[in-house]
Amino acid sequence: MLASVIGVLFDGFAYGMLLFLLAVGLSVTLGMMNFVNLAHCSFAMIGGYVTVTLMSEAGWSFFASLPMAFLGAAAVSVVLERLLYRRLYRATDLDQSLLTIGIVFVSIATAAYIYGTAQLPVQVPGYLRGSFYEFGTTFGVYRLFLIGISLVISILLVITLEYTRFGAQVRAAVDNQRMARGLGIDVNSVFAITFALGCGLAGLGGALAIEMVGLDPNFAFAYLIYVLIVVSVGGLGSIGGTFTAAMLLGISDSAGKYYFPQFGAFLIYLVMIAILMWRPAGLFGRR
Amino acid sequence: MKNIVAGLGAFALIAMPSAHAQSVKIGVVMSYSGQFADTGTQIGNGIKLYMKQHGDTVAGKKIEIISKDSGGIAPDVAKRLSQEAIVRDGADMLAGYDLTPNALAAADVSAQAKKFMVNMNAATSIITTKSPYMVRTSFTVWQVNEALGAWAFKNGVKKAYTLVSDFGPGWDGEAAFQKGFKDAGGEIIGSARYPTNNQDFAPFLQRAKDTNPDGIYIWVPGGTQPASIGKAIAERGIDTSKVKIMGQGELTFEESLKGMGDAGLGIITAFHYDYNHQSAMNKAFVTAYNAEFKRNPDMFSVGGYDGMHAIYESLKKTNGNTDGEALINAVKGMKWESPRGPMMIDPETRDVVQTVYIRKVEKVGGHLVNVEIDKIENVKDPFKARMPK
Repeated sequence: MLASVIGVLFDGFAYGMLLFLLAVGLSVTLGMMNFVNLAHCSFAMIGGYVTVTLMSEAGWSFFASLPMAFLGAAAVSVVLERLLYRRLYRATDLDQSLLTIGIVFVSIATAAYIYGTAQLPVQVPGYLRGSFYEFGTTFGVYRLFLIGISLVISILLVITLEYTRFGAQVRAAVDNQRMARGLGIDVNSVFAITFALGCGLAGLGGALAIEMVGLDPNFAFAYLIYVLIVVSVGGLGSIGGTFTAAMLLGISDSAGKYYFPQFGAFLIYLVMIAILMWRPAGLFGRR
Repeated sequence: MKNIVAGLGAFALIAMPSAHAQSVKIGVVMSYSGQFADTGTQIGNGIKLYMKQHGDTVAGKKIEIISKDSGGIAPDVAKRLSQEAIVRDGADMLAGYDLTPNALAAADVSAQAKKFMVNMNAATSIITTKSPYMVRTSFTVWQVNEALGAWAFKNGVKKAYTLVSDFGPGWDGEAAFQKGFKDAGGEIIGSARYPTNNQDFAPFLQRAKDTNPDGIYIWVPGGTQPASIGKAIAERGIDTSKVKIMGQGELTFEESLKGMGDAGLGIITAFHYDYNHQSAMNKAFVTAYNAEFKRNPDMFSVGGYDGMHAIYESLKKTNGNTDGEALINAVKGMKWESPRGPMMIDPETRDVVQTVYIRKVEKVGGHLVNVEIDKIENVKDPFKARMPK
């Protein structure tokens, strides 16, 4: 009995960590730039396709393609930010949503055109596959790897935000943009760098997700709703909030599906509603 | 000026019907985007290959395909698109329909408009009862899964757990397997239904494993889920030599086996088609398909291919007459050799009667393929056979 609880918690935690990687970029950019970027998961998809292409066409190893997934998604985001996003910084939320949803559709069609509609597999190294037995239950090796990487990235993010000058500038811009500008912080370049970072992280998340949930052109839509739930429950602009929310949602999703399979998938939405009713700005949100 | 325009307009109106009479328009409604986009691609490829091999003219008329994207499970969209195809685009018949809810909705259109409808995929048994002008060229879930249930008990599975997708064909799979299994003497020790867009299968499989079954039956519709299921089976440490994993063919179709890796070895599926089927006609079909589309055909491709065959042969019999009544009477009782094996359209139910193959995933020449280990011939859809007449 306890063994299955541990198993469910572990699986849920791993799933939550995947959601964290996908969502953390959106939380920071949404909290800081106040820009509704619904195309966030398209960048995740780009990261996934970069990894698959490098591994199958150019024969790169899995670990070598991961940083390229980050850089690829970040590069595309810089281009899109200059061309499209910049024009709509002062626009209404609706206009921003329309633009970014349009970008999602275009990205899905482009991916389908270049790669076809079939699901693309990825061959992770053998030592990352399979499972091991401990404490009476089995643990997937890849999930453990995912948890490990997410924790490393969270620590790196927290260190960057709390202990670097750039991090201080980001925090200032999130807290009070006008004041930050007044103090001489170049908010526009902080935005651009943070946006690229956030999209790069999404790309990395997308690449890591392939082994767990598969990659096809519909990826950009499939995860959007979960990422939005994580961001709204965690609170905009807060890394700790995103982490907590992702963990909470991952575990309640797994636990719900295990204990109540008939409507277990609905538990994630009930948790979201309950938390938002208690704290409308999210767990660690500021507004 | 106005007179010239009016004259041209009148000329166009007169010219149109005669152009129309020389062609047969087929409204093809399926998912070209979304979760099931690959299904649409493969059915479309099957249609294209048949037309390439047999030309695009039948009984003196040119075949025109009008494609419409239903985008996934969207019955209202599918119904509207089917209506538009007939009313606006002048379609003489409807084809495609990858998903049950869409096929059911469009059946109303076919029945009302009295148009021939070829269901090339959607596999829930009752679909063909919804329009007297509909024929199916794929398979039915009951046909394949009841046979699997009976086979499972005879081959060592005494206690089974079932896990299916929570929509029409999934419920059919659950009911069919459970009936075949229980009628043979087996015991169902638990069951669950997962949401249709589920991504993470680990908790569902853990729950299945915890009931200690001899076999776990899993129904999945294709798309991206089968590979995730295979990986979750390995991750949750389910020993496939002790617990038989069984399912309908989509669980182990080619893309899913590539994604699953060795976790897929030993999975047993029941299905009507695999590209690995050893027959001369299938080998030629697979070679031609690869030459054209650079990938192997699957059950969706063959549904589209045989659907076009049904259309072509029916048109030849009616001499180009596209009246719904004439075409459906032409297709009833039609028998032919398909890449899947022998098949026939049952004159009573207008549904497909074919061989169901039991396959096991084995490593052949370095990759995983479905190897046929048994077969049951001339299987009719048992659900409709039991329905009161």
